[in-house]
Amino acid sequence: MNTMVEKSKNLRLQQRTFAWRGQVMKNLSLIIPVTILSLLILSAIFAPWLAPHDPINIVMQDKLLPPFFLKGGSMKYPLGTDQLGRCILSRAIFGARISLAVSLVVIVITAGVGTILGIIAGYLGGKVESFLMRVTDISMAFPSLLLALLMAVTIGPGFWTVVLALSILGWAPYARLIRGETLKLRSADFVAQAQIIGCSPLRIMVKHIFPNVVNSLIVMATMAVGMLILAEAGLSFLGVGIPPPHPTWGYMVNEGRSFIDSAWWISTIPGILIGLVVLSGNFLGDWLRDKLDPKLRQI
Amino acid sequence: MSTNNNNNNEKKVVLKVENLRTSFFTRRGEVKAVDGVSFTIHEGETLGLVGESGCGKTVTGLSLLRLLPEPAGKIIGGEIILDGRNLLELSKKEMRNVRGRLISMILQDPMMSLNPVYTVGDQIAEPIYQHQGLRGERVWEEVISALRLLNIPDPDKRLRDYPFQLSGGMRQRVVGAIAMSCHPRLLIADEPTTALDATIQAQYIDLFKDVQRKTNVSILFITHDFGVVSQMCHRVAVMYAGKIVETAPTEVIFKNPSHPYTSALINSVPRLDRKVERLYSIEGQPPSLMNLPPGCRFAPRCPQAAGICHEKEPGKKTIDDNHTVSCWGVE
Repeated sequence: MNTMVEKSKNLRLQQRTFAWRGQVMKNLSLIIPVTILSLLILSAIFAPWLAPHDPINIVMQDKLLPPFFLKGGSMKYPLGTDQLGRCILSRAIFGARISLAVSLVVIVITAGVGTILGIIAGYLGGKVESFLMRVTDISMAFPSLLLALLMAVTIGPGFWTVVLALSILGWAPYARLIRGETLKLRSADFVAQAQIIGCSPLRIMVKHIFPNVVNSLIVMATMAVGMLILAEAGLSFLGVGIPPPHPTWGYMVNEGRSFIDSAWWISTIPGILIGLVVLSGNFLGDWLRDKLDPKLRQI
Repeated sequence: MSTNNNNNNEKKVVLKVENLRTSFFTRRGEVKAVDGVSFTIHEGETLGLVGESGCGKTVTGLSLLRLLPEPAGKIIGGEIILDGRNLLELSKKEMRNVRGRLISMILQDPMMSLNPVYTVGDQIAEPIYQHQGLRGERVWEEVISALRLLNIPDPDKRLRDYPFQLSGGMRQRVVGAIAMSCHPRLLIADEPTTALDATIQAQYIDLFKDVQRKTNVSILFITHDFGVVSQMCHRVAVMYAGKIVETAPTEVIFKNPSHPYTSALINSVPRLDRKVERLYSIEGQPPSLMNLPPGCRFAPRCPQAAGICHEKEPGKKTIDDNHTVSCWGVE
């Protein structure tokens, strides 16, 4: 009797581990991007404690040292140094701070503005919609890089210039998406029901439509993380991003450009990080989209 | 039921619609969806508004709430008098205060008229919160009493459910609870039983009668189903192509229909007590509301149409106190 209980217990335990393993395999596309993103966010938060060196400290005698796994490299600079002898690992860790801060601030601004304008255009319709959507079209047609360059030249480069440059046109895709969703919801019976019980247009937009577009908004915002880091890197690469000596990933790629044949690691390491974040953001966005789609969700 | 009819004359008139005209202005022209409709509903009475699809029943209902699809739909004339006040003279804000509080409406599909992201309780609380000025615990008391009114079992538990957790019949009751939560004077029910299956339908009609008995609410019951009419309504108004062609107490309509359209409609309901080879159907299509015939609107399909029917519109004739009809064939 005892052994049987024991056996069935063992079996159940086995099944549970098996099920657990299956769960992990199934959710690999979630676990990997979440791990990468949380590692990056943590290292950005704890940068001063994690970085082995001062990211802007120039040590000329240590310049162009390769990473530890190459000949001539050492654990003193695990990922090597750049042309001014600055530790690349430390610069990458501190760079995560600026790159992530820029993308988060921009997402909050663009998603907020885009959602408000999108819901207003979609719900009110008519002339308001025509006007807002034409503005959106213009924003989408305008070359954003050109505008960013222009702004950097006129107001000078800096954190808020980058944020402004990326936000000023970045709301348009959100407005487009949310307007489409709102159009669909406007003719839904539950919106008619809200009108029947006497809700004002503002209340309908805020209380009855907004919660129903939040899903799409979250998905789009997640996907935007990668895009924005890429955009910020692009601006820094062109020299109109966050001004040196503060390290950003894009600027690091730019700096290493002229040494690409002799010291490839200067550009490659921040490049890999950018790629990882972009991919993780996209995977996470895909996963969220599937998860939040009520038709795909199992109840 | 007949005693009820006789009492109606002494009962208070809740709603009086006088010569209501609603049109949709489209690129191709004016669609006269409701063209000179008049009726009254007394306290605690159910008026059935019956007609084919597209004859203007729903537009009549929406016009009472002034919730026509903008910008095409417009009320271009008439009066809607609720408890002595003409709703067409109210400002937008005053009208919002009428909706849900004095007039409520139940839409056809219960699946769609609940917001998927809120619990049942939150949705019933919305009109209470807006119109009764209650806050906190008092709101929930009202929500539970609304759920009780609609005979929803376990109201304390149900109000925490999301719409997707409820069955179709239960959802329709919740929609009813939302509509009744502020004790309106008039309830417009737009084919509320169409999306339900036959057994639930019968239950739901009994429930409505029960609610009406408890609250004395007046009901405008929009339907195309004469079977439902016979069980639910005290009086019937038959609508054809934007006009009301006949109004009478329910039993009079069934026993003695005066308008050819009314009798045709009644004949096309399948019946258990009569053996017929083929179910009766009305030949032809209703006229386009954009391009109406000059005479009686039913004349092109009417088996009894005479010369004058195609030339002049018939006026309203009174057969007796409660029975009016618009037809040249009636003396």
